[in-house]
Amino acid sequence: MPINYYIFLSIALFTIGIVGVLTRRNAIIIFMCVELMLNAVNLLLVAFSKMHHLKYAAQYDPRIGTDGQIFVFFIMVVAAAEVSVGLAIIVMMYRNIHSVDVNFLNRLKH
Amino acid sequence: MGITQILFWFLSVVALFSALMVITSKNPVYSVLWLIVTFFAISGHYILLNAQFLAIVNIIVYAGAIMVLFLFVIMLMNLNKETEPQKSRWLKMAGAVAGGCLLLVLVAALKDTDMKDQQALVNEGNIGLIKNLGKELFTTYVVPFEISSVLFLSAMVGAVVIGKKE
Repeated sequence: MPINYYIFLSIALFTIGIVGVLTRRNAIIIFMCVELMLNAVNLLLVAFSKMHHLKYAAQYDPRIGTDGQIFVFFIMVVAAAEVSVGLAIIVMMYRNIHSVDVNFLNRLKH
Repeated sequence: MGITQILFWFLSVVALFSALMVITSKNPVYSVLWLIVTFFAISGHYILLNAQFLAIVNIIVYAGAIMVLFLFVIMLMNLNKETEPQKSRWLKMAGAVAGGCLLLVLVAALKDTDMKDQQALVNEGNIGLIKNLGKELFTTYVVPFEISSVLFLSAMVGAVVIGKKE
């Protein structure tokens, strides 16, 4: 497949994630949209790794392009750690103010 | 149009549609379920690119563990359509316009790159198989792998400390 298709698909998914962050007020949905953005980036990294593999595997190392996929693996690892801590924070916030509305969390603004 | 192209377009449409449903659903539980559909479509893309290890990890870690955690938290808080806070129509429109502008800028910037003749290797190539990735992970990238285990430990301790009752 042409790499252009993957680039535009990932851009579209990433933008949908950004629109979700900007238009929702529920903290959990905002968090899910961040996950969506991470996944868009992951998809593009895998596509680029396969592109790189196709172009240079014959001349140089036959395993070239593996780095990109390892990087995606580490992004998933970090995302999992991030989700566990982030959801713990949201649960604590819900216990204190009985809401997950981000508009109530504007004390830093004043 | 071969079977690969048909699958690519089908998975792309599914991913984009379910991603749109994530941000437009009123009920948070439906948002989570649509996000799971998105992750399955992205896993399908990985399989199409022959990155089988990442496809399986994506399904197990994302669609399995992380989304179940989200669903669990949403059901714990008993969130539903009635309790869902809504932004005003103008703010929603402003957000959509801002996102659309970003999309426009990125597409315009990348439309005329010389990537046109570059192809992503679909359906073949063995760099995405577990044998190759595991070998690489435990030789070249063994130090980051061990550091990530420390990261997980600290995340676990942090989650317990934050979530603990006073």
